[in-house]
Amino acid sequence: MADLLLELFSEEIPARMQAKAEADLKAALEKGLAEAGVEFERAVALSGPRRLAVCVEGLPAKSADVKEEKKGPKVGAPEKAVEGFLRGAGLTSIDEAEVRSDPKKGDFYVAVREVPGRPLQDIVAELVPEIVRGFHWPKSMRWGRGELRWVRPLQRVLCVFDGKVVDFEIDSLKSGNQTEGHRIMGRGPFEITSFEDYKRVLESDGCVVLSREDRRLLIDEQAHVTCLEKGLELVEDKGLLDEVTGLAEWPVVILGEMDPDFLTLPSEVIQLSMRTHQKYFAVRDPKTGDLAPNFVVVANIEAADGGEAIAAGNSRVLSARLDDARFFWDNDRKMPLEEMAKKLSTIDFKKELGTIADKVERVAALARELAPKVGAEPDVAERAARLAKADLVSGMVGEFPELQGVMGGYYAREQGEADAVATAIAEHYKPVGASDDVPSEPVSIAVALADKLDTLVGFWAIDEKPTGSKDPFALRRAALGVVRIILENEVRVGLQTTVIRPFARAGVRIVLQRAVERQDKIQELFDAGVLTENQANRLLLESIEQANQERDLALGDEAWAKTSVVIQDLLAFFADRLKQYLRDAGARHDLIDAVFALGEDDLVLIVKRVEALGAFLESDDGANLLAGYKRAANILKAEEKKDGKAYDGAPDPKLFEQEEERALAEAITESVAAAEAALQAEDFEKAMGALSSLRPPVDAFFDAVTVNAERPELRQNRLLILGSIRDALHRVADFSKVAA
Amino acid sequence: MTAPTAREKPASFQDLILRLQSYWAAQGCAILQPYDMEVGAGTLHPATVLRALGPKDWRAAYVQPSRRPADARYGENPNRLGHYYQFQVILKPNPANLQDLYLNSLYEIGIDPMVHDIRFVEDDWENPTVGAWGLGWEVWCDGMEVSQYTYFQQVGGLDVFPVSGELTYGLERLAMYVFGVDNVYNLPFNDPASEVPLSYGDVFLQNEREQSAFNFELADVDMLQTWFTGCESQSKALREAGKPLPAYDFALKASHVFNLIDARGAISPTERQAFIGRVRDLARGAAELWAKQEEERAA
Repeated sequence: MADLLLELFSEEIPARMQAKAEADLKAALEKGLAEAGVEFERAVALSGPRRLAVCVEGLPAKSADVKEEKKGPKVGAPEKAVEGFLRGAGLTSIDEAEVRSDPKKGDFYVAVREVPGRPLQDIVAELVPEIVRGFHWPKSMRWGRGELRWVRPLQRVLCVFDGKVVDFEIDSLKSGNQTEGHRIMGRGPFEITSFEDYKRVLESDGCVVLSREDRRLLIDEQAHVTCLEKGLELVEDKGLLDEVTGLAEWPVVILGEMDPDFLTLPSEVIQLSMRTHQKYFAVRDPKTGDLAPNFVVVANIEAADGGEAIAAGNSRVLSARLDDARFFWDNDRKMPLEEMAKKLSTIDFKKELGTIADKVERVAALARELAPKVGAEPDVAERAARLAKADLVSGMVGEFPELQGVMGGYYAREQGEADAVATAIAEHYKPVGASDDVPSEPVSIAVALADKLDTLVGFWAIDEKPTGSKDPFALRRAALGVVRIILENEVRVGLQTTVIRPFARAGVRIVLQRAVERQDKIQELFDAGVLTENQANRLLLESIEQANQERDLALGDEAWAKTSVVIQDLLAFFADRLKQYLRDAGARHDLIDAVFALGEDDLVLIVKRVEALGAFLESDDGANLLAGYKRAANILKAEEKKDGKAYDGAPDPKLFEQEEERALAEAITESVAAAEAALQAEDFEKAMGALSSLRPPVDAFFDAVTVNAERPELRQNRLLILGSIRDALHRVADFSKVAA
Repeated sequence: MTAPTAREKPASFQDLILRLQSYWAAQGCAILQPYDMEVGAGTLHPATVLRALGPKDWRAAYVQPSRRPADARYGENPNRLGHYYQFQVILKPNPANLQDLYLNSLYEIGIDPMVHDIRFVEDDWENPTVGAWGLGWEVWCDGMEVSQYTYFQQVGGLDVFPVSGELTYGLERLAMYVFGVDNVYNLPFNDPASEVPLSYGDVFLQNEREQSAFNFELADVDMLQTWFTGCESQSKALREAGKPLPAYDFALKASHVFNLIDARGAISPTERQAFIGRVRDLARGAAELWAKQEEERAA
């Protein structure tokens, strides 16, 4: 058994690409060896700024011998068939083939070829160039006069098996047994005979910490200790830690100082300046929790002067950066947000959807409308919405786009806006990712929802929807944001009313004017309290259907049809996000579908229903009632298809012949009434409890009654009873979607 | 390989430039003089952007004044200038030891590798105006970006072969670092021990003030718009006539005129995109034609 060591030594590999390349190289080598029929004990991979390395341990000197068999024709087959077989198998005479017997087919020929194992040297010499040439980097390049592609110029290929160089050439780069260490502290080159040797030499004379994990732990520990020694605390940043792990072969943590005057800048500005431009960690004073006038930089050298020059140099660079930031901070505060907001009319939001100023108008109106539903003052919500995008033209956001919103919040506070307004401006882009929290202040909720809904409605109106993995405008994130804001704050809005209104208001041409008027009328009645939300929703849906019918009556306007399709499509998009959200929370996929099929658009109620339905189906009564429902629904499905009509409506009590029919019908009437009352009160558990009392009469009905009676009117009446079971259960969920 | 060492610090800004010039001259580069047109970056000098195209080997180094009207600050910002110098090196094809050659150039201007932290941090370079991109790094010295290091992959929208290695040194910033100066205007331009010691401010401060006023207040936008159109049609006509070098000059002129209009804040983002597109068409058109002719001349 012997070991193989491969090292691909290049110019600096981007930090973000190293870990994946390390894993990819290991996987490619493992796969290649496996395909060549080589077994090994284990493979270990390493990576850093200038190298990818893999050691495969426990390899044989050659791959296993293999017997290849090729089945031929029956003994006594026509000569042509035998000739073909000989040619295909590379045999000269049929005597070279073996004869096998099969109890069914009789005797037949088999060509057996012994393929001897290949020396591992040969396998590796073929495999490695193939892997290097086919390696996938997110971005790769050519250099010099070569055709080879790598992430940056490849300088050396070290390939040693069992102490000896495996000879090959990749585009005039010859394999060898040499590597280099740290460019300044221990360059080498060093000759390597084994993995043990490689690690020992590079980690001592070479001054390279080879393993990512070692480097990461080393930096993390040094950084904490260095801060602790000065009575300070490191501001943890996992992403940054990963990045600097890929930027140093010999990490040395240095604590730098900065002018404390800079601490008057918003902490987000300081941290972002440190992080994005300089890759420094911020440092906190543990007593106050505020930033301290220090930073942590990870250098790649143990400097001769103990790091003094490095600390001083970095401090000077940070000062220049923060000077810039302070210039923006001072300058931006000279201009009121209203003034900044005026400039938004020169920036396109999206060509077809107007400028950002246009968007602000729409968002302000929608935020105003949403305000009462979330317990916010309409005037305050509108004010926040009008100022929310102003910071996009500020110098600071120009420099640090990540601070959009956050800076607006600061500037709003500075100019004396109400707390709620400043907070809403700062938070209205939230949540920006799955781990980000959701705004919880009423005004913030109104503006955050309005902003996202306007974006979604707008992009749907111009038919720029996410496709597959492409979502350049982060619309999925926006919709999931809406879902999370609504659910985590229990905001009671119907998406139909909320989504359709912005469509009308956006003035998107595709809305048919008449239908808009009809909707406005409905909205008016709803606003005046004449219609409940459910009624309004139903009427809106009907108005869509009506518009569709009108189109069908050859009014010739396809636009409205398109709008209604768009609205339904957007609602379905929300539904998908909600499903994703609920699935992540552990809810059953089919239950979500069952509730969605009802056409409910109040997300809070949908979730409550799904929860209640889950609990109900866990119970004995629930499970049995589901079985009864399925039986009824299956019969109905078959009979309705046969008869070409639906069995909806009340059965006729006069036609009840058996006690079980009457008992079931009465039980249905009672439990439907009880369920309806509970549904009105949004008590879904109670509603389902009411329905569970149907289990005994349903079971009894199926035990005693023959549905397909000979007398047609009896059969019809019994099908109507089944129909009313279905109808009763569909009041809480579409049970046909529930998996048995 | 022996441990690298640095020379003593240069005496002045110009000494730093002279050292870079003699160092790269020793590497076989033709030391060119600045291109006599306003450009926003040293890369745009035809010695880099056009010579990177075509099959012929090439090595050159030069100082190029760069004008970025929108970056001007009336001489009041210690770090930002509307007119500054870049030192540009191009080696085609890039030698295999270009990273070492580059690091040695830093040692040559007094940066001691034993006490400073020099890093190659991913930064892929792109200049859509000339349809060029490459992979490389920002080179950091103690957290300060001192150079841009790029392996050109495409220029004028065409794959380059052979590949050029391109180095850009931001001279003022680099000098501020080497001399430990916090304000660019305090840099010693010539030897402070000389008979007439001159600071960077003595040479350029008044220029920054007046040029800033021109860039932000006095530039005549209507006139510039006319110029832009004129440059555009001249460049197109030259391209039609099969003369890519002057066609490229007029693309550069158009580009600078556009930068002036832009600094005046006279165009909306939409118009801005349109202008950029027009400049790009001119520059790319000239570059493509040049590449084609170079191939023909080499054949």
